[in-house]
Amino acid sequence: MTDRLQFLWPEIALFAATCIVMIVGLSRRYASRKAAALVAGVGLLAATLLSIGFSPDVESLPASAAQQLLPNLVGFAKPLIGIVGLLLLLLAAGTVDRREEEEIVRGVRVFDPLRSNRAEFYSFFLFSLTGLMLCADADDLIWLFLALELTSLPTYIMVVISTAKVRGREAGVKYFFLGALGAATFLYGFALLYGATGTTNLNAIASHFAAHGVSTLGMAGLLLSVIGVCFKIAAVPMHFYTADVYEGAAPQVSAFLAFVPKTAGFLTILLLCATVGWSFGPSAEPLSVVKSSAGGTQLPEVLRLTLWVIAALTMTVGNVLALMQVSVKRILAYSSIAHSGYMLVGVIVGPGDGSFTGSGVSAVLFYLLCYGVMNVGCFAVLAALERAPGRDGEPREIETVTDLRGLCVTHPALGWSMVLCSLSLLGLPPLLGFFGKLPLFTSAIRAGEIPLVIILGINSAVAAYYYLRLAFAPMLEQADESAEPIVQAPFRSRQVAAVVSAGGVVVLSILGNTLMEHSRTAAEYRAAVPSGGSGHSMVDDHRP
Amino acid sequence: MLYSVAKLVPTVAQADAALDSRPPLLLPMLVVVPLATALLIAAAPAARARTIALLGTLVALVGALAAMLVFRWGEPGFQLACEFSWLSHLGINLSMAVDSVALMLVALTALLGPICVQASATAITDRVKTYYAWLLILQAAMTGVFIARDLVLFYICFEFTLVPMFILISLYGSTNRKKAAIKFFLYTFTGSVIALAGLVYVAWFNSHLSPAVINAVGAELWQTFPKLGKWTFDIATLEQAAQLMSGRQQAWVLLALLAGFAVKVPLFPVHTWLPLAHTEAPTAGSVILAGVLLKLGTYAIFRFCLPFCPVAVVEYAPLIGVLCVIGILYGGLICWVQTDVKKLVAYSSVAHLGFCILGLFALNHAGISGSILYMINHGLSTGALFLLIGMIYERYHTRSMKELGGLAARMPVWATFMVFFTMASVGLPGLNGFVSEFLCLLGAFQASTAWGSATGITAEGALDQGLWGSAGAAVPGATPGNLGPWFAAIAGIGMIVAAMYLLYMVGRIVWGPLVEPKGHDHAHDGDSAHSALPVDLCGREVGVLIPLAVLCIALGVYPKPALDALSEPVKSVVMTVNAARSTVEPSAMTTAAKEEAAQ
Repeated sequence: MTDRLQFLWPEIALFAATCIVMIVGLSRRYASRKAAALVAGVGLLAATLLSIGFSPDVESLPASAAQQLLPNLVGFAKPLIGIVGLLLLLLAAGTVDRREEEEIVRGVRVFDPLRSNRAEFYSFFLFSLTGLMLCADADDLIWLFLALELTSLPTYIMVVISTAKVRGREAGVKYFFLGALGAATFLYGFALLYGATGTTNLNAIASHFAAHGVSTLGMAGLLLSVIGVCFKIAAVPMHFYTADVYEGAAPQVSAFLAFVPKTAGFLTILLLCATVGWSFGPSAEPLSVVKSSAGGTQLPEVLRLTLWVIAALTMTVGNVLALMQVSVKRILAYSSIAHSGYMLVGVIVGPGDGSFTGSGVSAVLFYLLCYGVMNVGCFAVLAALERAPGRDGEPREIETVTDLRGLCVTHPALGWSMVLCSLSLLGLPPLLGFFGKLPLFTSAIRAGEIPLVIILGINSAVAAYYYLRLAFAPMLEQADESAEPIVQAPFRSRQVAAVVSAGGVVVLSILGNTLMEHSRTAAEYRAAVPSGGSGHSMVDDHRP
Repeated sequence: MLYSVAKLVPTVAQADAALDSRPPLLLPMLVVVPLATALLIAAAPAARARTIALLGTLVALVGALAAMLVFRWGEPGFQLACEFSWLSHLGINLSMAVDSVALMLVALTALLGPICVQASATAITDRVKTYYAWLLILQAAMTGVFIARDLVLFYICFEFTLVPMFILISLYGSTNRKKAAIKFFLYTFTGSVIALAGLVYVAWFNSHLSPAVINAVGAELWQTFPKLGKWTFDIATLEQAAQLMSGRQQAWVLLALLAGFAVKVPLFPVHTWLPLAHTEAPTAGSVILAGVLLKLGTYAIFRFCLPFCPVAVVEYAPLIGVLCVIGILYGGLICWVQTDVKKLVAYSSVAHLGFCILGLFALNHAGISGSILYMINHGLSTGALFLLIGMIYERYHTRSMKELGGLAARMPVWATFMVFFTMASVGLPGLNGFVSEFLCLLGAFQASTAWGSATGITAEGALDQGLWGSAGAAVPGATPGNLGPWFAAIAGIGMIVAAMYLLYMVGRIVWGPLVEPKGHDHAHDGDSAHSALPVDLCGREVGVLIPLAVLCIALGVYPKPALDALSEPVKSVVMTVNAARSTVEPSAMTTAAKEEAAQ
């Protein structure tokens, strides 16, 4: 089992940071408590640095020690998680205990460890990211399940403690119950997969499928797992919670929800699809002019069709419902649903011919990066703004698109960040979102999924309507003089997160070539070698 | 094969371009200068914004003139090439070059730059910095469209023009501006996304071409286009590859491309955004919209639809011709019942661009060169009409024909220009509109299997013997096409309709008894922007109109140099289409497509 240790240094760093944060955050000294965020940042930075450039040498490892279907996934996914995690951490400043801490500073109240949430918030934050990183190197269904739950369980609590509003609690409860439903669904699916193949090891499952084909039981397991994981990525039919939960939670946590569970879900779906492989369906099209490639290039038809329908519905439902919203957070929530639909197109396409333009997997990985950056940017603008405290003494969030009016004049940095990030979400060239969407287009066309490409195109156009509202309210409209003034939240780091994301949207589109190369290598897919036995026999095969 | 050999010529010229001593960064400069000016405007105080904008656009104009000077007009192919590597994993490079068509449109864009800045001097008094900055960004994006030799670079610029135009309309337009801006953005954005799918499909097709197929066409293609069969967005390569698509594939690609480009033109029935956007836009916005932005659509059709899917173009030309003719007549009739002068001119654009597209899809030398000339001419004359209407609006705050009349008595200088540009727009012989409209109609007339070469009257022949010299004398025989006299005849009625509504408009507002809006006092007290304007045109306004008027006369009296310059690119497109026509007879191809569909 020590073989696996080389994968886990980032997680170990995160876990160490988590432990320190839990202790430091409960300290009686204000300075120590304040340091909790810093410790979390240092831990996350360490984890990111440890994960950069890491590529496991899968050849020398026993088959049970690493998943070999997408062997380079870890090398891309973990730095991505670390970097977007750092942005999210910048956002998280002052999310919990703000009023308590202010009162303690003023001497109105003494520190009460039982009431303090700071330690919990930051440690849950790190726990969730640890779980996410663990998803990336899962090689076993049990591991995968535990990692997914480690990602999700802290988020339920984060939603509740992120805000003092009743709505936050309601959102948390809703999120928890629906999350439990999702977890139960994919756990059932995992169980069926085990029943069908006799192993929980992903490599072994893949070998089994390659040798014996996908049985009905196995397919049922896969379908249930995928539908369960749809909860994590906020895809139809498990998307119902999204708008309410994003709206109920503080914007910082909504940004977290839009990236962390979604990434976990996509990593899981990619791994699950990799176990059956993309070598089914009819072989490449019979056009005489076109190179013919041996074998099929699709997922098994049932799975493909399910994902196809899910993708088409998810895009459409997300975009159409977003059109009707007035609350910025709800718009972003539905847009998050729509973006999951876009990415599912990449999952359906699969690794293709392994080039960046042909591989749906690398398109998904690259899009996760793009989406992470631009989405954090939008939520960061919301988090960085507030209204004077209301009757309950809590500063109030800004809610509707109307509140964004004139932001480019009143708060230029935040206003322009909003403009850039939402235009990028729209996919307007030459911003990052366009270059994220382009490989989805190209890979889907290469795979012959023309109807899906058309649905994707039409949805991108529909989305223009609401992203334009988000982009042009700050830029073109005048701030409402009579309305309550909107001030900047007293946490500089939130603004920094917004500006860094907006800068990323511009800079990464100019310098994206290296990242594209990384996502291409990360998406390398190795079809399983057929083997009759279970995971143990595979281990034996590799050991001399 | 005929056309593959013909296609070799451009790249020989490109190889020369690498050796020649002409400044290689001239074309990028035409984009960078406006962009840098926009940044400068954003940084400078508002009072200086217009001066900086004027200087920036003048520098760009000088750059464009320099490019025209060093450009070797007689040579075929693309010149002044310049390439930077960018996102190689997506096959995207920043590659730029121009042929004579692109360079003329670049020059038109550069010319309208300072004119728009000058025309906005008194009209725009609020949020001046934002206005001029976006105007300059728009100019950069439009120039980028014309000089791009990479499909994605083209698309980026093509799409990005939406943002500045949206901002210009929705901030500086008149009462209904928000709705107009949104409609403009959504219409064109939706179309372009579908066009992108078509373009990416072509790129995919190229990347899947097998060596055997390319060798069958001609092994020498490999040397000229080393990226054939590899993933790339290089336009020259994709142009070669796209022609190998089957008829059915070409038809789908054509449909996708037209979804994007026809909206931009706009072709009937997707024109409905145009009158609204034109009417609501500020004057300079309308000028750019009519002058250049619509030409992005026609240019893209010329650059992509015709050479990428020649087989489908040949097959569907009559269908598109019908749409053009409907647009010409329908647009003209709608103009007739307008009372808003600006709306009238806006609808006249629908009709005029119908002629332009009709000429393109005539697919012969006369039609296509007439159509390209039309792009320039329409930009000049309609742009000037919008300027003139803007001048009236600044003075009277109305554009309604019911409230205006007989202005010749009040504003003789304005009236002179108004009549002049109306005549140019109507197509009075001797002015620019006539040449291009005539060539478009001639092209459509001759593009008939039954008519064209059988009688020996070819476009080139007519040109040789006739008025305008030897445009394309080297082209062998006229193309038998699928339009024909009927198309030309019905479109010709459109010319009469155009004469009717434009002369009706001029008759109402220029001549007749003087009518001014009620309560309008020419003492001009109070309103500060207003009071700056004299009763008739001031020197600045005349200065804005003079260059346009001079060009209208020049292109009307002596269009030969322009037509000669257009000859090479047009010839190459015509040859591509002819080759496609000769390889697949339209009737045979339809059955082939049916069989393919049956499989």
